[in-house]
Amino acid sequence: MFNDFINQFWPSTVDGLAFGSIYALIALGYTMVYGVLRLINFAHSEVFMIGTFGAMFVPFVLGINSALTGLALVGVIVLMILAGMLASAGTAVALERIAYRPLRRRGASRLAALISAIGASIFLQELFALIVIPNVFDRPQQGRIQMALPQIMERTDLFSIAGHPVKLHQVVVVVAAVGMMIVLDRLVNGTKIGRGIRATAQNPEAAVLMGVNIDSVVRMTFLIGGGMAGVAGALYLIAYENTNYYIGFLFGIKAFTAAVLGGIGNLRGALVGGVTLGLVENYGAIFFGSDWKHVISFTILVLVLMFRPTGILGESLQQARA
Amino acid sequence: MNDKQTSVAGFRRRLGHAGDVVHDRWQQAPGWQRWAVYLLLIVAALLLPSETIGSFMSPDTDWATILFFPIGTYVLLAIGLNVVVGQAGLLDLGFVAFYAVGGYAMALLGTRMGWNFWVIMVAGILICALSGLTLGAPTLRLRGDYLAIVTLGFGEIIRITARNTDEIGGPNGIRGIPHPPSIEGIYIGDVEIFKYGVLDPRPYYYLLVALAVVVIILVKRWEKSRVGRAWAAIREDEDAAEVMGVPTFRFKMLAFAIGASIGGAMGVLWAAKSISINPNDFQFLLSATILAAVVMGGAGNLPGVMLGAFIVAWLPERFRGLQEYRMLIFGAVLVALMIFRPEGLLPSRQRKAELKEGSGGMGTLGAEVPGPESHGEEVASK
Repeated sequence: MFNDFINQFWPSTVDGLAFGSIYALIALGYTMVYGVLRLINFAHSEVFMIGTFGAMFVPFVLGINSALTGLALVGVIVLMILAGMLASAGTAVALERIAYRPLRRRGASRLAALISAIGASIFLQELFALIVIPNVFDRPQQGRIQMALPQIMERTDLFSIAGHPVKLHQVVVVVAAVGMMIVLDRLVNGTKIGRGIRATAQNPEAAVLMGVNIDSVVRMTFLIGGGMAGVAGALYLIAYENTNYYIGFLFGIKAFTAAVLGGIGNLRGALVGGVTLGLVENYGAIFFGSDWKHVISFTILVLVLMFRPTGILGESLQQARA
Repeated sequence: MNDKQTSVAGFRRRLGHAGDVVHDRWQQAPGWQRWAVYLLLIVAALLLPSETIGSFMSPDTDWATILFFPIGTYVLLAIGLNVVVGQAGLLDLGFVAFYAVGGYAMALLGTRMGWNFWVIMVAGILICALSGLTLGAPTLRLRGDYLAIVTLGFGEIIRITARNTDEIGGPNGIRGIPHPPSIEGIYIGDVEIFKYGVLDPRPYYYLLVALAVVVIILVKRWEKSRVGRAWAAIREDEDAAEVMGVPTFRFKMLAFAIGASIGGAMGVLWAAKSISINPNDFQFLLSATILAAVVMGGAGNLPGVMLGAFIVAWLPERFRGLQEYRMLIFGAVLVALMIFRPEGLLPSRQRKAELKEGSGGMGTLGAEVPGPESHGEEVASK
């Protein structure tokens, strides 16, 4: 067993980093919304799902069916990420407008918001299975069947670590995820919008008194979080080349685990949590078999909440360095 | 627009007032009148599976069958979850785990050990209470959203473990679960009420009604007792309750164990009817649906919760004609209901007052479920 671990250490690490980056990007949405509204946005998993389909739309429209190289490949990847962001951010903002804002206005309980989110989640899944996938992607009667991405790139080995090859798509995922993280960090810490978000997270009442427009801050929070989930969707699609209408559920819980693991409300925590979860899950799979991968991450979630509920980095969108 | 809004609000107030009148009347009614109403309700529940009602309520499916599952099952599960969510104010998103434990207890003890249904019912309830305590002991120190996520995690762990463990059937589950022992030849009308076979779902339904009556009586008694008051105190303000000398942890454990036992009892009964079970019967969606039923009906108020469960179970069956679109509509209805009536269809009065008091302004959602806010502030102030 220990030999297995030695042999599979590097491939698992690379896989873990790729998965972890995706978890981290989704986790950002949970963390930001939680930081500002103290609400678990349960429908965020569907925002991710819609991101994968937004990205799928690009090769579908362009009619790509052979592997691309060079500039064309970069162009398509960028387009896919943009399309994913657009679809997800749009969904997230609509979700906030329709399912959350009326509740917020009435000062409804968070339980009501939770049920509203669950309802929205069911609605979006079924909407895709019944209407969007059959019509937009021209697959009548196949809305519930897994949908594959046409091959857009050769999975060439870029370089190798300790004799184990690292593939192109894995590098793309990690690089793009880290890039997005840096952009987001600047956005939250270096712009006026970001200051509004941080102020609201710290103390909503005081923020309003200081002239922050809460509604627009909340909308921006959903927009940014949704955009990150869209990037995650596009990257997932590029790396694993398939998607379906219920893909969000598992990724949603995993990403939430990542957010809690890193410290919910803390943006850097989401990154740390996502990568940690991705790695631990893949190392655990070496010992217990990949069937138990999900159980491992749920167990981690439970253990973290029991022993260090503030997560690795502590919960703080409020604190300026977040 | 404005006119319309005020008139809607006025209508709501009048409706609320009518509800209050009924409620006051009920409070003052002498004991014999209440018992008469209870008896009438039980008789109505027994007459429910008749063809004439069924032809209207579910034209597309067999009415008696869906009265057992999903309607009756959801009602009983919702009563169980209501103890946890509505009375003690603990947000549990993994309630289906206890239903699963009950189902698997029936399946394993029935097929492997050959135990009798009634023995398993008792054993199953005990096992579920125990599993509620096991789950509660480490997690109930958490609050609000964190508790919700941990319970969700546990629900998934149970399901995936069942799927991955070949000793209990793996993904195929368990087949050939025995029915409850029958007593033949006792007829009421044209139903042989103690014959538990494959064909007639009505005996199972009657068994479910009997179970529900027992559960409702017990839950009602608890609610009125010292235990119920302790739960209400914990729900309203856990710290204050603790300071006042309520052993909050112990009462939260009790709520978990009671909720789990009710879920488990339903699991045993359901498995005994359905012959085979597999891990996919215990998806997260079921937990979410039951929670939706509790909140939609008005958490904390037993008739409301039962009404909520009935609607949640019945609507998708009634509109089977719309086939696949029913879940789509169900999702939209949940959102709409929460927007227009976030306190539920028949909210409990006490609960309504609590909500009004505890709702936050200024863009934050009201902190009904005590969340880790205070904790967050502590961190921020350092």
